[in-house]
Amino acid sequence: MTDFQSPDFLAPPTRRQLLTMIGKVGGTAALYQAMTVLGHAAESQFNGPPKLSGARPGASVLVLGSGLAGMLAAYELTKAGYKVQILEFQGRTGGRNYSVRGGDTIAELGSTQTVGFAPGNYLNPGPWRIPYHHRTVLHYCKELGVELEHFAQLNHNAFVHHKDAYGGKPQRYRDLYVDYKGHVAELLAKSLNAGALDTAVTADDKAKLLEAMKDWGVLDKSMAYTKGVKVGEQRGWDRPPGGGVNGAPIPGDVGSLSDTLSTKVWQQIGFYTEHVMQTTMFQPKGGMDHIGKAFAAKVGSLVRLNTHVTKIAQDDKGVTASWTDTKTGATGETRADWLVCTIPATVLGQLDIQVSDKKKAAIRALPYGNSVKIGLEMKRRFWETDYAIYGGHSFTDQDISLISYPTGNWFGDGPAVILGAYPFGIGAYKLAGMTPEKRIAAALDQGSVFHPAEYKAEFRSGATVAWSRMPWILGCCATWTEESREAHYQDLVSMEGRIVLAGEHCSYYGCWQEGALLSSLDAISRLHQRASAA
Amino acid sequence: MVRKHKVGLVALSGISLLAAATLADPGFAQDRPGPSGSNAEVADSGKQIFEEICQACHMPDAKGGGEAGARVPALAGNRNLANKDYPIIILLKGRGGMPWFTDILTKPQIAAVITYVRGHFNDYKDPVTVADIDRIGSTNPPVPDCNCGH
Repeated sequence: MTDFQSPDFLAPPTRRQLLTMIGKVGGTAALYQAMTVLGHAAESQFNGPPKLSGARPGASVLVLGSGLAGMLAAYELTKAGYKVQILEFQGRTGGRNYSVRGGDTIAELGSTQTVGFAPGNYLNPGPWRIPYHHRTVLHYCKELGVELEHFAQLNHNAFVHHKDAYGGKPQRYRDLYVDYKGHVAELLAKSLNAGALDTAVTADDKAKLLEAMKDWGVLDKSMAYTKGVKVGEQRGWDRPPGGGVNGAPIPGDVGSLSDTLSTKVWQQIGFYTEHVMQTTMFQPKGGMDHIGKAFAAKVGSLVRLNTHVTKIAQDDKGVTASWTDTKTGATGETRADWLVCTIPATVLGQLDIQVSDKKKAAIRALPYGNSVKIGLEMKRRFWETDYAIYGGHSFTDQDISLISYPTGNWFGDGPAVILGAYPFGIGAYKLAGMTPEKRIAAALDQGSVFHPAEYKAEFRSGATVAWSRMPWILGCCATWTEESREAHYQDLVSMEGRIVLAGEHCSYYGCWQEGALLSSLDAISRLHQRASAA
Repeated sequence: MVRKHKVGLVALSGISLLAAATLADPGFAQDRPGPSGSNAEVADSGKQIFEEICQACHMPDAKGGGEAGARVPALAGNRNLANKDYPIIILLKGRGGMPWFTDILTKPQIAAVITYVRGHFNDYKDPVTVADIDRIGSTNPPVPDCNCGH
């Protein structure tokens, strides 16, 4: 700071001042655009919590559903001065923000499990990881005091298994990744040296590309991808470096091009390259439901549990939700000025809701994908002690899709929970159609491919959730296509009269908590605008 | 009243059963396991397809589940299935929370599982054929309106 106070209009604005000016003149959309140009905020549409204030005295909002979208709406609307009530179908708050622990009951259609995990262990049946750019989730975790820890995502030492590759023997992701780029680099170098690309690249770029392929693919002097110490430095060793007389490392054989291609490892490489799958990832320490519990600590007293909404009506004076108490059978009505409805489309499509045919069509054109998770509690962390795998995922082409190793309490003694299955699609349908016991048995069979000596021997207890059989949602999350977005998305998210919908299904971040929260913030901002103008 | 559906979820004229939209890969930016499990395979007999796919939601006895307003509909004793076009349209286009199955099942598999559900859990014994599916694919009828839980 200088002592000299120059008039504002003479001094060039600081970046902050500039953004404030743009925000005042152009609103948040312009601000977001400007921040993006200036190199900020491109990671997220989140611009901080909404500045809602000045609700009309006595104005009320009814929120249907106490998942993250519903509880965030209640939290911010309460802060803005609204009188808020929440109706919740389940006997718990949190929605898909959900963790199960020892002693918990999992009630699916057709079955009930009692979780037998040891104290401290848990399974996140729903969301389980938070990308670093999901700024809304991270913001509210910070604001509400939810302790986050690292979530191990990419683990080079975990496995990839294809039944038609390497005789069905799982390979380390690291080995496949190094082999894949080695072979691709060798082939590109051959093409370049044969002049096959001379019309496509300049001589200057050709020289650089050859240098790049040699470095990137770790090619030898003759531009071939072969066994050697340099490759070993990426791929690991038959005999690792040591001390003393046998200190020299011995590199292992590289995989052939055909074997490498048969693993389709480019799919895993592409997966980890996606924005939402990149590191750094986070998770709430001790279970994802700590986020829901933190919201519930703020708005839980506003929630009426076990309340099954049967009808939603509106007129120019307000909204009315009719409901049945699922415990007592009592019926009732709750009235308010405005309504935020976060009921999933699978259930909302079955309700009598007073909105336009266009919005009803949008609600009913939104199928839900199915997914299954299976937690397998093992007596000890053999993947750490015996395989040097600390977190991350081993992929398979079997129904279970993957197993994922727990982050947290690394090197700990005592039982720990592996995620033993997380499929969508066919694998999820096949597992969901089984009883929980058969699901767990199938997961043990299939996951044994990675850890054959330990997997069944160390198994202690299991717990599973098939989302298609969860009675309050009947599916995992909304599935949009380009065509259905075009036809229905705006109709779904539009505010009609006194009703606005929110949830991951009302976002372009489907299946993510970030989508649920961003949708909620957008919905309540529009609601507040309309309520203020009314 | 029958609502007019302007848009099918799958373009049905000249339908390709390898539709662009695939639910095994749930789409843009969604959390998902990754690529591997999509190689899981479905059997070919109607009974096996029912057990591997349908009963995940409709339950092993095909009686569905849940409560009014949050229900998976029963396939057993379902009079809507008297008209075989009805289940064909729903498997090709989806309805409510139920997705289309054109990305998971082949035409012979769709024919086989509808034949099984209509004949085993109901008393409609006339088989559904691939020709029936092609007929629906080319005429592109609207998805029947629903209160989707019933």
